[in-house]
Amino acid sequence: MGDLDYVYAVARIRVKEKTLLSDMDISQLVGMSDAKSVLNYLVDKGWGDTSASGGPDAVLAAEAQKTLELVKELKLDPAVFDLLAYPNLYHNLKTGIKEICTSESNAAAFYPDEKYGREQILRILKDKDYKALPEHMREAAERAYSVMLETRDGQKCDVIVDRACLDAMEAAGRKQKNKLLRDYVESTVAVTDIKIAVRALRTGKSLAFLKEALAPCSSIDVRLLAVAASENEDALLGFLETHGFREASEALKDSPSAFERWCDNRLIETIRPQKMNSVSMGPIIAYYLARQNEIKTVRIILTAKENGFSEEATRERVREMYV
Amino acid sequence: MSLGMVFAILGAALSTALAGFGSAWGVGIAGQAAAGVVSEDPDQFAKVLLLQLLPGTQGIYGLLVTFITLSNIGILGGEPITDVNKGLMYLFACLPIAIVGLVSAYHQGRTSVACIGLVAKKPDQFGKAMLFPAMVETYAILSLLVSILAVTNIK
Repeated sequence: MGDLDYVYAVARIRVKEKTLLSDMDISQLVGMSDAKSVLNYLVDKGWGDTSASGGPDAVLAAEAQKTLELVKELKLDPAVFDLLAYPNLYHNLKTGIKEICTSESNAAAFYPDEKYGREQILRILKDKDYKALPEHMREAAERAYSVMLETRDGQKCDVIVDRACLDAMEAAGRKQKNKLLRDYVESTVAVTDIKIAVRALRTGKSLAFLKEALAPCSSIDVRLLAVAASENEDALLGFLETHGFREASEALKDSPSAFERWCDNRLIETIRPQKMNSVSMGPIIAYYLARQNEIKTVRIILTAKENGFSEEATRERVREMYV
Repeated sequence: MSLGMVFAILGAALSTALAGFGSAWGVGIAGQAAAGVVSEDPDQFAKVLLLQLLPGTQGIYGLLVTFITLSNIGILGGEPITDVNKGLMYLFACLPIAIVGLVSAYHQGRTSVACIGLVAKKPDQFGKAMLFPAMVETYAILSLLVSILAVTNIK
């Protein structure tokens, strides 16, 4: 489909964008006294399924489902839709491997998916029918499953699957004609690499671990990042400052939650120009990602309220909104 | 039929065909955007309909020039053309609205799409949203004037 084939869809998205939560809405939510008030405010705004009041999880799940249905209805290119679903797909794979190897069932941990939901993933793994998976997942699935069976090392399994996910996203992103998608994938891979490096530094992981976990991408030299993260925090901060990630370095100095916030805000910065785009699939992708960011932020606020976090501590964790 | 007459009719045909083609494209693409807005917010129907119609004027301008031309060359009135040079004059006189009508309708259609998006997000900005595609209209009107002046002054 050409850019002009998305005119109808983009016009619908423009109307939908009016219902997205703004920074002011989020600020209001953070200032509320408890999770119930937050939920009531959202339900008044049309969140959740009015026929069922199943609590925060049901409301957030209903919103995620609504977004998914809208994007499907707008006939987004299936290849693009698949690419956006990669993280969920690989998450389901990890969860499936762990469920089989630990015999602990947790159906709620899976993302719903028509082709690769809980039942399908479990069947594929049990039958070792890796050919039923998308090509980019097969090798990682086989390796991670056998490592988990042999060593019961969940972290190693995670590293294999997460790295495969980043590699697959990077490869698929490079083939995309749409600039937003290319930028989104590049930004996601780079930010995830930085996140991995930070966590590895804080848990004292080796250089070998970092080399295995970090996925190459064009905006960051992962070999240098791995070396810096295997040394000390100053080396990592120095690397970030000299390689175009000064804000990440400042956020890291501030606090771990400020760093997590920076990671998500960077993604929002990537998609924000789509607000001015009236054709192409860009605004649809941006809306989908903005909704995910919105749901994630609301989840953070609800969790903070349920656990009695102060307003200040909650505010530090909330993400910037798209509108 | 003389060669001069063939050129004159070609000019008349092009002014309607090209300007009409541009308008059809512009109104069509703006209509898709308008449908997208109305499917989510039916209250905006009147506003987006006006924005959709703006690229349609070029087709009308082309038609007007065609009528004037046909009225001068012996089809709907006037003297039949026998001179090749005179036929070529009619052809060139029709080209401004034919070409500028096509191009301006295309751009006005795209501007209308953008402004329909603006109205979708901020319905109270409709007045400003109307001005942007209307600016493109200026050049269609200029070419219409040139074509009319030229066609009516061929002796």
